[in-house]
Parts: sequence; C-alpha cells; structure tokens
Amino acid sequence: MCLAIPMKIKKIEGNRAIVSSGSVERRIAIDFLTNSKIGDYVMVHAGFAIEKLDPKQAEETLEILRRI
Amino acid sequence: MAIFEKARGLDSVNLMEVCGTHTMSICKSGIREMLPEHINLISGPGCPVCVSPKSYIDKAIAFSRLPDVILATFGDMLKVPGSNSSLAEERANGSNVKVVYSCLDAVDIAEKAPDKKVIFLGIGFETTSPTVAASIVYAHKKKLKNFFVYSGHKIIPPAMKMLVADNDINIHGFICPAHVSAIIGTLPYKAINIPCVIAGFEPLDILQGILMLVEQLASGETKVENQYKRIVKDHGNKKALDLLKDVFKVEDSDWRGIGVLPKSGMKLSKRYSMFDAEEEFHLPKIKTMPDKGCICGSILKGIKKPSECALFAKKCTPEKPQGACMVSSEGTCAAYYKYRR
Repeated sequence: MCLAIPMKIKKIEGNRAIVSSGSVERRIAIDFLTNSKIGDYVMVHAGFAIEKLDPKQAEETLEILRRI
Repeated sequence: MAIFEKARGLDSVNLMEVCGTHTMSICKSGIREMLPEHINLISGPGCPVCVSPKSYIDKAIAFSRLPDVILATFGDMLKVPGSNSSLAEERANGSNVKVVYSCLDAVDIAEKAPDKKVIFLGIGFETTSPTVAASIVYAHKKKLKNFFVYSGHKIIPPAMKMLVADNDINIHGFICPAHVSAIIGTLPYKAINIPCVIAGFEPLDILQGILMLVEQLASGETKVENQYKRIVKDHGNKKALDLLKDVFKVEDSDWRGIGVLPKSGMKLSKRYSMFDAEEEFHLPKIKTMPDKGCICGSILKGIKKPSECALFAKKCTPEKPQGACMVSSEGTCAAYYKYRR
C-alpha cells in the first residue's frame, strides 16, 4: 500500500498534473508539493504526489523497476 | 560484508520492520538469508488492511448493504473475511462495491451519481490518510452531500512504542517505513528510544538500513537516522501534516491482534463530521465472531511466523484466506506464501 513509483511531470493544470512513467500516463493531484515544475520527478501514491525526487535518484530506481 | 563485521560482537539482535512494502521487499529479495544468523528480521504490524479489526470489515459489509449506497474501497479490502462474508462476496450478491485507486476517484463517483451515497473505506497509515484528507476538502469545496468516509486510519508510532514495551518480542531496533516518514518526518520516532533507521524499499536501501542499525547497536548509540534522504526530510511534508490536523482528530483505535491503543487512530474532525459515515448512517448492532484458528494477532506482533500457524498454506491460502494477513497484498502471510514456502 505504501508502494509509490517515481513519475515525471509532463503538464501542470492548477492542483493537478499529468505524470508519466514509461508508457503509463496518469492525472494526479499535487496538493502536497511546493514549487513543482515540468520535468520534476515525484513519488505517486493513491493518486497524489507525496514528495519530489532527485532526478538522478529517480532514473536509478526506474532502471531497477524496468529490470523486474 | 560490512554487516557481518559490525555485528560480530553482538548478542542476538531483533530488528523489526513495520511497513507492508518492506515485508514484501525483504521476502522477495531473500535478505534474511544474506544476514548473519544472530540478526533476526521480524515483520511487525505494517499492513493497514491486516491491522483493521474484523469489526471494521463487518461494519463495511453492513454499509454496503444499505440502499442506494456505492461502497468505494482500495482493492485489497475486497477479500478480507468478516464474520460471515466479505466485500467480494457482497459484490457477487449484488451490492454496489467499487474498487478505486484513489479517494479522489470516490469523490468523482459521488459527483457523477448525485442520487447515490458513496461511502469510501478510509484505510491506511500516514502515507494514505493525507490523500483522504485532501479528497474530503475537495468534496467540501464542491459542497457534495452524498460523499462519506468510514475512517479506519491509524498512526504508526504509538504501535511502535507499544511493541518496544512488550517483553515477549524484545525489539532492539526498527527499520522505519519509508513513505510514512516522507509525510511525518523523523521527529515522531525520537520518543520510541531505540535505534531507528528510515530506509527505502529497494533491497540495497534495506541492507544499508540494517547496517546503520547494527552500527548503532555496536557503538551503544540510540538515534533516529535517515537512509532515504532522497525523499524523506526531517520535517516531513508540512502541507500533508496541516491537512491531517484540519480534517482528522486523533482517537483511541482498535488494532487487530494488539487491542486498543491510545491516540493511535483518526476520526473526522468536527468541521468535517458531515462526511463521517458513522455519523450519517446508523447501523443495527453487529456481532463480530472471534477468529477460528487464525493467529493473525501473534503474526502482526512478530511473536509467531506464518509457518507456525496450523492453517498456513493448508486451510488458509490467498484463494481461501482465513485472515487479513493472507489476503492483503502486503500481509506477512501473503509474503511468506509467495516467497518463502
């Protein structure tokens, strides 16, 4: 239930954002973030971004998930 | 390996994790087998579905049977057995039970079906409860009159404190939950007074977390450390914490297998009580039947392993679960069944 995956912000519309990870795209809420911008990596859980992620760290995590 | 070296002078070490995602990751990666024999990894009550008491499931089932109700829930609540039925069975018998990925989806359903009453099952620790709080605020702004939450949300640090005080278990250190900590930060763990390390979910994160705990024990230190700095900040997420304070109030809560823990659960605050399903709907008294042979309680406290349960992998399987620990995607029994049989 705590599992959150890193997704990249593609578009911001007020308190919502379109994020993607590989071929998956989702519309999520970004109420918990401050100063988010396109290109930021965020951890997504239950339809919300719960925190921002360092881009280098995000790519490493995605690479591990791709190999599963 | 560094862990072997640092652990050399130590007696038997019991480290507990209290996060279902850690339970799964540890079982899947076989970390237990990599560690020195005297370091024991215990799975604690880290699965919010598993620690929800049977009475909660029975009440959820009763809600689903009310006329014009759509019961919205996270997927892993569906097969959890109540006293006489489960939400999956109720759905098969015609109740309107919808699986949602987010509480926001439940708000959407309520908006699009104004003649129905949508009741969302609020289950989860501090990673999830802010998402439900934010959804309730959205419903409030939209002036929805047909959206309700049945809150079973719980707070993890009080359970950790209770577990440390329990002499049957004898915990020396905690691997703290990663995304709960992203919300609450590092401060709430200081009051627990044993070595605590917040660790990410990848096997390497967990191994590094274990090393940091062993180093603390070897040097006699007790502190809260953060291995998951790429996500977790000391102060946590202020926006999420402010929302929790506004929408919920802390109350005593019943944990399956543990009993009632003071100030460990969340109920909707007075300001948002119009969204509280327990205030809106008055159900007849429900008699909850005790478990027959299921030792979920002992497993959640880490006193027994699934392999010590007479029902495990025989009468109790993921297809025919006898208790929540087998049903939930993050339950200890489900993890053992999948990776350690």
